[in-house]
Amino acid sequence: MDAGSILTAASAMAGLGIILSLILALANKKLYVFEDPRIDEVDELLPQANCGACGYPGCRAFSEALVEGKTAPAKCTVGSPESIDQIATLLGVDAGGADKRIAYLACAGGSNVARQRASYDGVKTCQAANLVAGGGKGCTWGCLGLADCERVCDFDAIHMDENSLPVVDAEKCTACGDCVEICPKALFSIQPMSYKLWVACKNLMANEAAEDECEVACTGCGRCAIDAPEGVINMIDNLAVINYNMNEKTNINIIQRCPTGAIVWRDKKGDVKGQNAKKIIRKSAIPLG
Amino acid sequence: MGTFKHGIHPPEKKEISGDKKIRRFPFSPYLIILLSQHIGRPAKPIVKEGQEVVRGQKIAEADGFVSVPMHSPATGVIKKVGTSLDFDGKMTPSIVIEPYPGSEQSVQTGQDVNVDALKPEEIVKAVQEMGMVGLGGAAFPTHVKFSPPKDKPIRTLIINGAECEPYLTSDYRVMLEQAKRILRGTKIVLKALKAEEAIIGIEDNKKDAAQVLKDTIAIDDSAVNFIKVELLKTKYPQGAEKMLTKALVNKEIPSGGLPADIGVIVSNIATVSEIGELMPKGQGLIERVVTLSGKGIDNPGNYLVPLGTPLEFVLEQAGINDKARQIIFGGPMMGKSAAYLEVPITKGTSGIVVLSEDEVIPRNQKVYPCIRCGECVNVCPLYLNPSRLGILARNDEYDKMAEEFNLNDCFECGSCAYVCPSNIPLTQYFRIAKKVLREGRKRKESMVGTPEA
Repeated sequence: MDAGSILTAASAMAGLGIILSLILALANKKLYVFEDPRIDEVDELLPQANCGACGYPGCRAFSEALVEGKTAPAKCTVGSPESIDQIATLLGVDAGGADKRIAYLACAGGSNVARQRASYDGVKTCQAANLVAGGGKGCTWGCLGLADCERVCDFDAIHMDENSLPVVDAEKCTACGDCVEICPKALFSIQPMSYKLWVACKNLMANEAAEDECEVACTGCGRCAIDAPEGVINMIDNLAVINYNMNEKTNINIIQRCPTGAIVWRDKKGDVKGQNAKKIIRKSAIPLG
Repeated sequence: MGTFKHGIHPPEKKEISGDKKIRRFPFSPYLIILLSQHIGRPAKPIVKEGQEVVRGQKIAEADGFVSVPMHSPATGVIKKVGTSLDFDGKMTPSIVIEPYPGSEQSVQTGQDVNVDALKPEEIVKAVQEMGMVGLGGAAFPTHVKFSPPKDKPIRTLIINGAECEPYLTSDYRVMLEQAKRILRGTKIVLKALKAEEAIIGIEDNKKDAAQVLKDTIAIDDSAVNFIKVELLKTKYPQGAEKMLTKALVNKEIPSGGLPADIGVIVSNIATVSEIGELMPKGQGLIERVVTLSGKGIDNPGNYLVPLGTPLEFVLEQAGINDKARQIIFGGPMMGKSAAYLEVPITKGTSGIVVLSEDEVIPRNQKVYPCIRCGECVNVCPLYLNPSRLGILARNDEYDKMAEEFNLNDCFECGSCAYVCPSNIPLTQYFRIAKKVLREGRKRKESMVGTPEA
C-alpha cells in the first residue's frame, strides 16, 4: 500500500469530519431549545419518589409545572417542609401550603368490636375477600383487615394493630393516596390535619341494627348533629356527615354525647372519644357468629 | 355423542336431590325483592310503602332496554322501599313485602295471551314484560339475548339442559316434570328468533330426562321435524355456552364474540320452560325451581321457591344441621359463597348447596408454588394458559393478562383451580384481575379530598 492512498483516505475522513461538524454547529444555533435552568434546580429539591400524589406524572413533570407557575410547591406532599420552602424561595412564589394532609380511615371496627359473620378462607387480600360476598364482615362497609393498605404503602406509614385495623403514622404519611386507591371498601381519604372532628364509620344502618354488627358504629342517633353549631353535622342515611366548609366552628364538645364513640376528636396524642362513649375492654376478637 | 375437548370430571353428587320431585315452598314472613337481580340497570319501583299488592302484580318497571320489571311473589303489603344486602355483600335497592297470612298460591293477575297471533317483536317485548332473565345463573335479560343484531340471522336455538354443575338438579327435574312447557316455550322462542331449528343438549347422565323430552316431541307433529334432543358426554363445563355450541353444531364462538356471530342463540332450559308456562297466561316471573343440596341440609330436594325468600327461611324450612360449614349460591364450581343469611333468593339462584366440613377445602390450606406441571393447561376448555396467567396475576400484570393471554375469554369455570396440585386459587386470581381491569385505575385526583383552605 502506497502513501498516496493513505493520504486520500485520511483527507476524505477529515473532510467528512469538517463538513459534519459544520452541520452540527449550525444545528446547535438554529434548533436551540431554551430550557429554564430552574427546572433542574427545582427537580433536585424534590424527593424523587415519583409517586404522582401531586397529580403530575413524576417529579420532573411537577418541577416543569412549578416553573411555569401552574401549581404550588406544597402540592408535593412527600417532600420535607424545608425543601418545599426552598423551592418557594427559589421560584419567588407562595408555597401554597395548606397544612399537612394525611390519610384518614373511616372505620374503627377492629376485630374486638366488629362482628364477623362468616370466616373467609381464600386469597388473603382485601380485594379478593371483597369479591366473595363482601368479605363476610357483619358491617358491609367496614374494614376487612387483610392489610392491602399496609402492603401498598411505600412510606411504611400504615401498620395493622392487634385488632387488624390499619393505623396511619401521621409523621410518615405523605398523602400519596395509594391506600385510598387500593381499599375496596373506600375507607381511606386524604384530609388536612386541621380537620380534628372525624366520623370513623361508614355504616348506613340505624340504631341496634348498626350496633349489633359493630360496637363502635355510628347508629345515626343524631346527638352530635344537635350539639354542633347548625350546619356543621348533617345526618345523611343514618350517618353523621361533617361539613368541613365550617371546620373552624368544630370543637371537642360536639363528640361528648356520642354513645358509641364513632365520632372522634383527632388530637395530637391520638383519637379522643366522648366521655359518654362506652368503654371497650375486650382485647381479643369477637367469636364468629 | 357431542362433546368438547379438555374439561374435568368432578363428582356429580346429583343423587342427593335428583329423585326428589319439585315441591312448593311456603311464603316466608317477609320477601326481599332486589331490584338489581339481573345484569343491567336496576328496575324502578312503582309502589309505595304501605301499599297492598297482589301475587303477580308488577311492583317495579324496567329502566331502559337492558333491564326487566319485577312482580310481587305474594299477596301482601309493601313494608319498605329502600336498600337491602345482596349476596355480594353490597346494599342494593330493594322492595320488602310482607305477605298476608294464608295468602294463596294461585296467580290472579295477568290476561290470557294468544301467543300464536303475536309477531316476533311482540314476543320479545312480552318476554321483557314478564321479567324474564337467564335462569341458569347469569341472570342476563332474556329479551336482550333474543334481540340479536339485524345483520346476524339466527339459524339454531340451542337449549341448555346439560346442567354440568355438581349437586344441581333443578333443570333435571324441570325436564322430567315440565316437558310440555318446554315444548311450548321452544316453539315460542323459535318464532321470536325466526330460527329454523332447536337443539336441546342434555348430558348422558340424564338419559331419562332426554327420553321424556323425546317422547313429548315425537307426538307433536308440528315440532318433530325441527326440535331435536341430543345427548352430550357428561363432563364439566359441558353446559357453558361456548362448549355447548362446539359440541352441538361443531362451530366455535369467536374470541370476544357472541353465539349470534355464528347464527346461534343459547338459552337455559328452565328459561324456556318458564316462557312456555307464563307467556300464554300473561304472567310475570315470581318463583323458580331451586335445588337445595349438600350434606349440611336435612331435606335436600328441588323446591319451587318464591323470589325474594330470605336464605335464612329457606335453610330453616329445609333443615340445616350441625355439619353445615359453607353455604354456596349456585353450584360448587361456579357458585358464590354466602356470608349473610338475610340475602334473598333471586332469579339467578339455581341452587343452594350447603357443604359440610369434610366437603370443603380445609381451612388455611397451604398454597405451593407453581411447578409447571401443565395440568391446568390440559383442562382449560378454552385452551388458555392458566399457569402463565396465574403467575402474571401474582405480579399484578393485569394488562398483560388481558392483552397477551386472553384473560377476558375466561368464564371462570374453575377447572384449572380444581386440578391444580399446588392448590393455587387460579380462578380467584382471574376474578380479581378482571374486576381490576373492569373498574380501571381510577384517577387518584377524584378520590383525594381537596382542602378548602
